Amino acid sequence: MSPVLLRSMLLVFTASVVGSFGAVFLKFGSANVGKSVLSFVNRNLIVGVALYLGSSVFYGLGLKGGEVSVLYPMVSLGYIWTMVWSRIFFKETFNMQKLVGLGLVLLGVVFVGIGSGG
Amino acid sequence: MSSPAVVPIPQDDTTARRRRSILLVFCCTVLGAAAQILMKVGMEHFTLSVPALLTNLPLIGGYALYGINTLLLVVALRDAELSMLYPIIALTYVWVTLLSYTLLHETPNVYKNIGIGTIVVGVAVLGRGGRR
Repeated sequence: MSPVLLRSMLLVFTASVVGSFGAVFLKFGSANVGKSVLSFVNRNLIVGVALYLGSSVFYGLGLKGGEVSVLYPMVSLGYIWTMVWSRIFFKETFNMQKLVGLGLVLLGVVFVGIGSGG
Repeated sequence: MSSPAVVPIPQDDTTARRRRSILLVFCCTVLGAAAQILMKVGMEHFTLSVPALLTNLPLIGGYALYGINTLLLVVALRDAELSMLYPIIALTYVWVTLLSYTLLHETPNVYKNIGIGTIVVGVAVLGRGGRR
């Protein structure tokens, strides 16, 4: 594996982890959201948005490194981390339908990724 | 006559909220796709100068839609599980692909078509999951 590809894969991997924490902070921050617009300005939501922006920078840097047929499908990793965090931080449960639905979505994202790399 | 044994189960408040959250995320995916297409168009005549950026309406529109998108997503997340809503966001890929075919005249691709079909089925399964 070329060093450039390895570097890009690490960047995309990092982006997927950072982005998944973005989702976690948005979920934490959403608990403080009420009817007023100002309730949206809370620490967790700001951190969440910042993590999302950060992750898009990592994605941008990573995807520039060519081999998008390998890198695009890796984007779906973010879904897996988000599921792990929602289990750990929010004690969410997973029934069969949820797992099957998630599996299909993951497969679909990988296929779209392969198609985008062609 | 006694009342029938089957009493309609009162509509659970959490079910209604959950449904509203799914609808909100659905709207997010449409807005997100529109934002991506606008950004794509905007980046085509991108130049790094203040007047050019201020008159780049597709780019400004794209960013504005992303902003609205985030607000809607947060409201949706408040009332439903992250693990259920997050995968639904993948519907964005479906709309982006279809819009790229129709508006940007991209050549249809068999892998993308299989992918968006699979995502639609997956989201349908997720949307039904948890409904008792």
